[in-house]
Amino acid sequence: MANVTITIDGKNITVPSDLSILEAAKKLDIEIPALCYDPELEIVAACRLCVVEIEGSNKLQTSCSTRVKEGMNINTKSERVVKARKDVLQLLLDSHPNDCLTCQKSGECYLQKYAYDYGLKFREHNGAMRPELLDTSSPYILKDNAKCILCGKCVRTCAQVSDRKVLSFAERGYDTKIVCDADQTMEESSCVSCNRCVTVCPVGALVDKRLLGKIRSWEGTSKVVSCKSCQYGCEFEVKSKDINNVAVVARPPANGRPLCLKGRLNTELLYVDNPEEPYRKIGGKFVETSWEKALGLTEVIEKLEKLGKKYPPSK
Amino acid sequence: MLTLDKLQQIKKEHRPVLEARLREAGNVDIHEDGSIVLNGDYYKKQVRIALKNCGIINPGSIEDYISVDGYSAFANLLFNKSRADIIEDMTASNLRGRGGAGFPTGRKWAEAFKYDDDQKYMICNADEGDPGAFMDRSILENDPHCVLEGMAIGGYAVGATQGFIYVRAEYPIAVKRLKIAIEQAKELGILGKNILGTGFDFDIELRLGSGAFVCGEGTALIESIEGKRGMPRTKIHRTAHKGLWQKPTIINNVETYANVPVIFQRGVDWFRSIGTEKSPGTKVFALVGKVEKAGLVEVPMGMPLREIVYDIGGGVQNGKAFKAVQTGGPSGGCIPAELIDTPVDFESLAKIGSIMGSGGMVVMDENTCMVDIARFFLDFTVEESCGKCVPCREGTKRMLELLDKVVEGNGEEGDIERMVSLADTITSASLCGLGQTASNPVTTTIHYFRNEYEAHIKDHKCPAGSCAALLEYFITDKCIGCGKCAKACPVSCISGKLKERHVIDQEQCIKCGACMEACPPKVSAVIKR
Ligand SMILES: Cc1cc2nc3c(=O)[nH]c(=O)nc-3n(C[C@H](O)[C@H](O)[C@H](O)COP(=O)(O)O)c2cc1C
Ligand code: SF4
Ligand code: SF4
Repeated sequence: MANVTITIDGKNITVPSDLSILEAAKKLDIEIPALCYDPELEIVAACRLCVVEIEGSNKLQTSCSTRVKEGMNINTKSERVVKARKDVLQLLLDSHPNDCLTCQKSGECYLQKYAYDYGLKFREHNGAMRPELLDTSSPYILKDNAKCILCGKCVRTCAQVSDRKVLSFAERGYDTKIVCDADQTMEESSCVSCNRCVTVCPVGALVDKRLLGKIRSWEGTSKVVSCKSCQYGCEFEVKSKDINNVAVVARPPANGRPLCLKGRLNTELLYVDNPEEPYRKIGGKFVETSWEKALGLTEVIEKLEKLGKKYPPSK
Repeated sequence: MLTLDKLQQIKKEHRPVLEARLREAGNVDIHEDGSIVLNGDYYKKQVRIALKNCGIINPGSIEDYISVDGYSAFANLLFNKSRADIIEDMTASNLRGRGGAGFPTGRKWAEAFKYDDDQKYMICNADEGDPGAFMDRSILENDPHCVLEGMAIGGYAVGATQGFIYVRAEYPIAVKRLKIAIEQAKELGILGKNILGTGFDFDIELRLGSGAFVCGEGTALIESIEGKRGMPRTKIHRTAHKGLWQKPTIINNVETYANVPVIFQRGVDWFRSIGTEKSPGTKVFALVGKVEKAGLVEVPMGMPLREIVYDIGGGVQNGKAFKAVQTGGPSGGCIPAELIDTPVDFESLAKIGSIMGSGGMVVMDENTCMVDIARFFLDFTVEESCGKCVPCREGTKRMLELLDKVVEGNGEEGDIERMVSLADTITSASLCGLGQTASNPVTTTIHYFRNEYEAHIKDHKCPAGSCAALLEYFITDKCIGCGKCAKACPVSCISGKLKERHVIDQEQCIKCGACMEACPPKVSAVIKR
């Protein structure tokens, strides 16, 4: 791949020509805000927050979807760029519920972060807001469409596992929303509770329900562990507070890792001090179950018990 | 197998039949050079290229089409011109896309021609979603073969063997006639395998659009053909390199394709002699609104608006004053009366903040409120936004809320500035053309009719007398004091002594209009203002 030399905010850098402006900027430690961008996902350029100004072009360009070209002179912080970003963020805030006090995502929410960076606030108005469409049907995932900023990351990550493709866009214009299958609840839908969507959602629209009320993003400590259920070894974070391990949350699936519920439950049982009861989906209904059943261990345990009688474990 | 001779044979046999039928109908002039044109005043100032066969041939007859030199350009090119030469001619003709953006067709074709791949596609954009537009529909319904021929020429030139026509399902007649035309062309051997024995294969299939306006946007249309949700793609690659199923793809509009065969029949020089230097040829417009003679008109590019509205359209209805004309549909701008001498071509319209668009042309008279018109168009865009990107999905909604507020008489100081600033962000930050142009009706009306916005906001008046919430019923000094209005008023807000002028208490008035009806016609003292 040929190299090109470009200028970003007055600094020169030589990079491979297949890089996007956003990727090149990262190499210079220039952070460009972006809500729908994820290096693991297809580029869609939907949030428009990563716009930059390129000398010689009178339009703003999204840095995630524009490739670098020899001699490009890019300004990531011009007055025009900052105004567009502020407007975009304000438009998102104007439709977003003012719920940072109790939102589970607070502290790691990107909308919150960028609002802080650009000095923006929620404001009162008489116009439309996203309708309240809280889906509490799943014991694993809380889906709050009112908080959704429609970045589509959940849809893209879900579709990366070919037999899932549960999430999609529905309706259009301001009424656009993310739905499961044919606008079903998470419970009725074919959702397998893998939590891929939760790991990529930049806001509080998809959160890990087993985390609710236990710990906030800035509290306690966390340790990354790999799941031992299969050879993929998906990563989880074990969250601890006051020497107790209180929860396990999935980390974004990278390198083709799928994430699955079984692995999550395995990891949870292994690490969490006081795990909540697991649930299984049977015929489109979540039912509380035992750990043995949830992990498919009933027969194994029976066998072990039987064997244990015959051959007492060696000391 | 079909041969050149056989094609000429068909023309020779069938042409007299067509001419006899037309002579009998009597609505055409048949010229010595073989051209046939519709007669009558309405057509005098028009120059018809894309519509040249409309209303003349029977769209269900391929023989009719061949009799007016149809498919002769395609056949000749197959035998006598290299693909590179066809691309060169196309570029030299400077035919610009008629679907809205005016991109040079030759340059687009050249991109796909140069890009090597095992499969390439030609797509005809027949989604025509602008409200009130029916240019493409008319071509599809009345002359479907010319679109097929244009696509086949393009396919041969760039090396595509498969074409798709993406047509609105709401155009059932167009769909039916296209189906018949494709069948006939295949049967004759104009489409299909080894066309005219040259070894060139080209097939065309129909795809029905679901009626979403945004599916007319090239990349959204491709997504839709691929079976996905019709949302525009971000342009990391050119469609001419990676389009449909990631293969080199040409998308052109119906009217663009309709121009192609004629350009090759009559030559690049002939084509460039019509229209302007930078916008050669003609453009079809759907002239509608408050104009005497509404309808489809095809005129040379560069014709002043005035000639279209007055000389062809017969001026404003009912002798009212001309106020503005909107070109380019919901993405276009309002052009005020003082600019009526603007020549209609891509550059001139862009210079005054409007666009050519696909050819909508709505005439407005003195009773049209410009704020309400902006609101009307924006309402359409808000409904049709695909919801993908933030500035368009959220921004146009807020803009509409601001316009609603102004039209309802609740506008506040600063609303105009808010709209201008919001428009700037929506225009510069939206992903596709829909968002990028959505604010045009608002910005142009603010630019040319700012006083009307101010009247709504500051004086709570609608100067055009059209916004219901801002109207006021008023009793003039013609009042004879009969008291009929006071009796008719359901909220008893009219006072006055008998035989003296009555007064309406504007605070109490519910604007039902009962007083106006009650006032004796001979007196007519109650007015709306
Ligand atoms: C929102 C939107 C709607 C469009 N609708 C149409 C349409 O209905 N028909 C059309 O030919 N082009 C439409 N276009 C333009 C197409 O994107 C594309 O530019 C055109 O089909 C290219 O053909 P041309 O070069 O022959 O004009 C639309 C563009 C946008 C942004
Ligand atoms: S739920 Fe989250 S990830 Fe999905 S579209 Fe909404 S904001 Fe994006
Ligand atoms: S500008 Fe509007 S229509 Fe175009 S991608 Fe964005 S939301 Fe969709």
